[in-house]
Amino acid sequence: MNLGSGTESTIVLDIAFWVISVSTIIAGLAVVFMKDVFRAALFLVVAFLGTAGLFVLLRAEFLAVVQVIIYVGAISVLILFAILMTRDTEQGSPSNRLRYPAGGVALLFMGAAIFVSFNSDWVLLTEFLQGGVGETPGLSEATVAKVNEVYADTVPVIASLLLRDYVLAFEVVSVLLLAAVIGALALVRER
Amino acid sequence: MSFDQLYDLLDRFVPESIDWMVFTVTALILSLAVINAMVLCTALYTWFERRMLGRFQSRIGPNRWGPFGLLQPIADVIKLLVKEDVIPVVADRAVFTLAPVVLLVPALMVFIVIPFGEQSFLGKLNVGVLFILGVTGVNTLAIIMGGWASRNKYALFGAMRGAAMLISYEVPMALSLIGVIILAGSISLVDIVSSQGIFYILVQPLAFLVFMAAASAEMSRAPFDMIESESELGAGYHTEYSGIKYAIFQLAEFMAPLVTAAVATVVFLGGTKGIDPIPGQVWFLLKAFSVVFVLLWVRATWPRLRVDQIMGFAWKGLFPLSVINFFVVAVELFVLQEPDGTITNQSMMIMTGINWVVMVVSIVLIATVLGQGKLQHKLPPQPSSLANMAASEGD
Repeated sequence: MNLGSGTESTIVLDIAFWVISVSTIIAGLAVVFMKDVFRAALFLVVAFLGTAGLFVLLRAEFLAVVQVIIYVGAISVLILFAILMTRDTEQGSPSNRLRYPAGGVALLFMGAAIFVSFNSDWVLLTEFLQGGVGETPGLSEATVAKVNEVYADTVPVIASLLLRDYVLAFEVVSVLLLAAVIGALALVRER
Repeated sequence: MSFDQLYDLLDRFVPESIDWMVFTVTALILSLAVINAMVLCTALYTWFERRMLGRFQSRIGPNRWGPFGLLQPIADVIKLLVKEDVIPVVADRAVFTLAPVVLLVPALMVFIVIPFGEQSFLGKLNVGVLFILGVTGVNTLAIIMGGWASRNKYALFGAMRGAAMLISYEVPMALSLIGVIILAGSISLVDIVSSQGIFYILVQPLAFLVFMAAASAEMSRAPFDMIESESELGAGYHTEYSGIKYAIFQLAEFMAPLVTAAVATVVFLGGTKGIDPIPGQVWFLLKAFSVVFVLLWVRATWPRLRVDQIMGFAWKGLFPLSVINFFVVAVELFVLQEPDGTITNQSMMIMTGINWVVMVVSIVLIATVLGQGKLQHKLPPQPSSLANMAASEGD
C-alpha cells in the first residue's frame, strides 16, 4: 500500500478530506436543527463516522476504529434505544427557555477548543518551524524517523502510553466506570 | 491478486500524470470483485442452507429449478425484485429506505480486512480485529432504524429486543477475542494468522466456544433469533418490508454466517495455513465452509431461547467464561513467554493442556453454580390476559 506516500494519492486524499469534513459539519448542524429526535440521533451517527474518517486521514487507524466502536456502536445505540422507549417523539423536540444559555455555553466550549489548539506548543509544529530556517520548511531527521516509527503502527505507542506512563489515570477511569455499572444495577434492583 | 500487483499492471498503460486515477480504479475493481463474489456466495449459501435444513428435518428442500435446485436463489431474487415495493403511509420514508443498506454495508466491509490468501486481501489494516468489532456493531443501528421507521409495534418490539441482545453479546465476543490478541501480540489479522504455530482453536478452546455462541447471537440466528422470532413477532424488525428492501435484508442476514465463518477461520483456525501442495486460499475456503456447516447444524438442532434466558446466558454464562479465559491466558503468557516476548510452540502446547482443563472445569462450574434453574428468571405462572378476554367480555 502506498497511500499517502506519493503524489498519486494526494488528490484522492484531498477529495476525501473535503467530502468528510463538509458532511461532518452538515451532519453536526442537522443534529441541532432537526425537529425529529430520531433523525437527529441518526445524524449524530453520521457526525461520529465523519470524525472517524478524519482520524483515518490522519493515519490514526486505532483512534478511528475505537471512535466507531464506542461512539457509533455503543453511545448512539444507547441514545436510539432511549428514543425507542420515549413516547411522543414524532412531535419533535420543542426547545425550552434554556436554548440561548445552552448555545452560549456551546460557543464558549468551541472558543476554548479553538484557542487551546492554536496556542498549544505542539512538538511537531515547533520542529517544523525550526526546520524552516532554510529555503523550504521541513522536519528534522530525528523527528521524521520518530513520526515514521509511530505511524507504522500506532497501537503499541498508544498502548505503552496508556498502560505504562498514564496507568494511574487509566485505572481510575476503569474504577469510575465500574462504579457507574454497579450504581445502575443498584438503582434498578428489586427489593 | 494483491492491490500492488494490480496497481502495477494498470500503471503500465497510463501516463504518469493520472496515477491517482489508477489508484482509484484499482481499488474500485478489487472492491467490486470481492462484493460480487460475496453476493454470489451468499446466494449459493441460501440454497445450501435450505437444502441442508431440509435434510435435518427429513424433507427434501428446494429441488425444482436447475440441477439439485441450484437455480432456486436466482428465482427467489427475481420474485422479490418484481414484487411491489410497499412503504407504509405512516413510515418514516428516508429512514425506512436506508435501514437495509445500513445492515448490508457493514457485512460487506468486514471483507476488507479478511486475508483470503497469504497475499490476497483488500487492505492490510493494523487494527483488523477492532475494525471487525466496530463495523459489526453498526448492525444494531440498522435494526433499530428498520423497526422504528416501520411504525409497527411488532417491528418495534423486534428492534428493542435486538438492540438489547446485540449490545449484550458484543461484550463476550470482544472479550473472547482479547485472549487471542494478547497471545498473538497483534491486532492485525495477517499477524494473527502468521503467529498461529498451533491453531488457536486448540490453544484457547474456551474462547472459540464463547466466540461462536456470541457471534451466532450477533447475527441473530437460531437459537438466538429473538429479533425476528416469527411465532411471536411476525417477522420482527422487517415485518413491513417487501420487494427489494426485503431482499437486501435477507442478503445481509444470509451473509452474516459467511462473515462469521471467515472471521473465525482467520482468528481461530489458522486462516490460510495448511499442508503445502494445496494453496492457502483452498484451505481458507475449506475451513470457512466447515465453520458455516457447524453454524447451520446448531441452527437446525437447538430450539429458540426466551428473551430473559438470552440475556441471562450472555451476562451470567458467556461473560464470566470469557473473563476466565482472558485471565488464564494472560497469566500463562506472563509465566511462559520468552524474554523477548514471543511464545515458542512448546510453551503453546503447555498452554493448550492447561486451557482444556480450565475450559472443562469452568463450564462445569458455571453450569452447576448458576444451574439450569438459576440461569432463568423464575416467575409464578400467570394466565395471559388475552386468554381471559373472551370470558371477561361475556360477563
